Amino acid sequence: MKHTLRQVFESGKFVSGFAIFVAILLVVTIYPLLVPEPPLRIIGQGTFFEPGIYVNVYDSISAPHFTLNLDEAAERRIAGRLADRDRGAILTWLVGVGIPESEIDIANTEQLLDQWFSNFDPTVRIPGMTNADRNYYIRLNSSIQGLLSTEDVIIAHANEETASLEAAGTIRPSAYVNVGQIPNVRILPLGTDNFGRDVLTELVKATAVSLKIGFVAGIIATTIGLILGLVSGYVGGFVDDVLMFITNMFIVIPSFVLLILISFSISQEQRGAVTIAVVIGFTSWVWTARAVRSQVISLRNRDHVNLSKLSGHSIAHIIFRDILPYIASYVVMALILQISSAILAEAGLSILGLGPKTTEVPTLGLMMNWAMIYQAHILGKWWAYLPVIIVIALIAFSMNLMNTGLDQVFNPALRE
Amino acid sequence: MKGYRNYFLTKLLWFLVTLVVAFILNFTLPRLMPGDPVAAIVARMAQGMSNTTGVQAIYEQYTELFGTNRPIVEQFFIYMRNVFRGDFGFSFSQYPRTVADVLRTSIGWTIALQFPAIVVGWSIGNWLGALAAYRKGTFDKILMPASIFASSLPAFGMAIILLVIFAVSLKWLPTSGGYGYDLIPNFSWRFMWSVITHYQLPFWSIVLITIGGQAIGMRAMAIYELNSDYVKYSRFMGIKDGKIVRYVFRNAMLPQITGLALAIGTMLFGAVVAEVIFSYPGLGSTILTAVLGQDYPLVSATTLIITIMALLANFIIEIIYGILDPRIKAAQAD
Repeated sequence: MKHTLRQVFESGKFVSGFAIFVAILLVVTIYPLLVPEPPLRIIGQGTFFEPGIYVNVYDSISAPHFTLNLDEAAERRIAGRLADRDRGAILTWLVGVGIPESEIDIANTEQLLDQWFSNFDPTVRIPGMTNADRNYYIRLNSSIQGLLSTEDVIIAHANEETASLEAAGTIRPSAYVNVGQIPNVRILPLGTDNFGRDVLTELVKATAVSLKIGFVAGIIATTIGLILGLVSGYVGGFVDDVLMFITNMFIVIPSFVLLILISFSISQEQRGAVTIAVVIGFTSWVWTARAVRSQVISLRNRDHVNLSKLSGHSIAHIIFRDILPYIASYVVMALILQISSAILAEAGLSILGLGPKTTEVPTLGLMMNWAMIYQAHILGKWWAYLPVIIVIALIAFSMNLMNTGLDQVFNPALRE
Repeated sequence: MKGYRNYFLTKLLWFLVTLVVAFILNFTLPRLMPGDPVAAIVARMAQGMSNTTGVQAIYEQYTELFGTNRPIVEQFFIYMRNVFRGDFGFSFSQYPRTVADVLRTSIGWTIALQFPAIVVGWSIGNWLGALAAYRKGTFDKILMPASIFASSLPAFGMAIILLVIFAVSLKWLPTSGGYGYDLIPNFSWRFMWSVITHYQLPFWSIVLITIGGQAIGMRAMAIYELNSDYVKYSRFMGIKDGKIVRYVFRNAMLPQITGLALAIGTMLFGAVVAEVIFSYPGLGSTILTAVLGQDYPLVSATTLIITIMALLANFIIEIIYGILDPRIKAAQAD
């Protein structure tokens, strides 16, 4: 046993797969300790907030202000506010008043503004320009002027009795706050999803739930497959015929069809994550059963098994001591594959709208389903779906790597 | 040929038995839920319908159609009879279309998408796998991890990545549907071109996934065959490499044909989800709309059709297998 383990851990493929898998497990266990927050809590009012650091505006008004005299501040302020549409409009104006297009670079804010201020004149009418366009340019000009102004902004609050505004303080364009001194700062590394939930917290929980589904389904499937395979292969005869008849039947009837039918029959309220896992487990044991059976048949008549029989050992003893150790490596590999395919099956079911009920826990499949329903992929909200795909692929990839590694250790023909 | 007849008859019998079992499962599984299914269905349907006589009419129609007031065995035979007539009743979510009508349009799209994609992916994957086994070295070192990664990606993941790159960012291809939403199916060039452009992304997403899995399988098989005694013997005999590779390929091919059958049977699931991502008008999207619309007859009929397609594919492959595999011929001659 010790020797086998050492051999397994010498396989590069197995070790890299194992490392990825352990890393995922570690993140899943440690993250909830650091961020103890319900994963489905809706924090954002609105859909798909971009990943970033969110600083409370109310707090930053009352926080101590520091003056930093930075020359590029005003320019950056405009560069950040000036939308692509406005830059295009400025370009149109400048070309209209006769500046060659090659001299204009709409990405260079400073140069663009210089050209704008030296050329803009609200009384000039460019041929083909409507009145609405002219008003737009005047508004654009005043908003740029407003951004550039060095006047302070006054913070006011309404007097309850007279309903008049009273100045409570001023904010200068050069005022800064220290993020560390603001009590409410929320980092959303992966933004929020369509319901306004923190994607990272949700993703970690979803990974944990999906792994649980994978383990439950994998263990159920492997146990059923192992027991049926052992009984069928070792007992043989009529029992074997009946069991193999059933097994072969379920090999040709696609298991996902059964999965869809059963999930559809269980109403949405009763479909918990564990129920889905059990259903997946009960529909995916067939290949394990068949492979275990054929291995048991080839072992059944080996000398050491016959010797054991002659020595009067019980069937349980023979199965546990003389047969199981020989097929253990195969069973472990089958279990690994079952786990990863169960995770994929849950994801597939959820995308079809047949996943676990949506109010309790997130799963990777449900997150995909929500992202697809709210068209995150078409709207370019990559943070809602890409991390989920990456996590699913990483889990499956690590499992496949472990499996290939084990295969090479136990199957000498495949060694490099 | 006489030996073959027995083989074919056994396979045919097996096909029919599995078909019956599939029927039974398809019939019983949805009925395992407690309560009167028709009442539940009508209750769902009737939400927002204030006309009580209308509800009553629907209830009677479905009671008649499913025969739910009769014993369960009789219900089964009524179901069988209806299926053989191709009568699955009306679709709830797409009323007044019948389920048969919905399926007729979607099944063509699915076969036209999946069959070529699986065959192309299977051929390329096998060729690459055999090449990796034979060449070894860097080619193998690059192809293997790439294949493992490609086959690890869930089918919908590949679909979404292709969609985002080629349709959303580069805008080369359309994002969804089987043809432009402004077109009506006909045989004009414009419509054909629209179908072709809409076909590319779902097609390649299935092909890429298939390549990965098949390449891994073929490589393992080919390495196993390359180490076998007959290859060593042929080498000692001085037979040319090209000829040996042909022997190896033929032997390694046989399990891969089973792989093809499996691909056609099981990849359907992946493709179903890929169809959903691209809103491709095939069976996958039909299942989605059926599930979302709680359309019980449509779910039942779609799953039945998919099962029958898988069983049929399996049957055909076994017949071909019987002709190709010399061992089966030998066994039948005894």
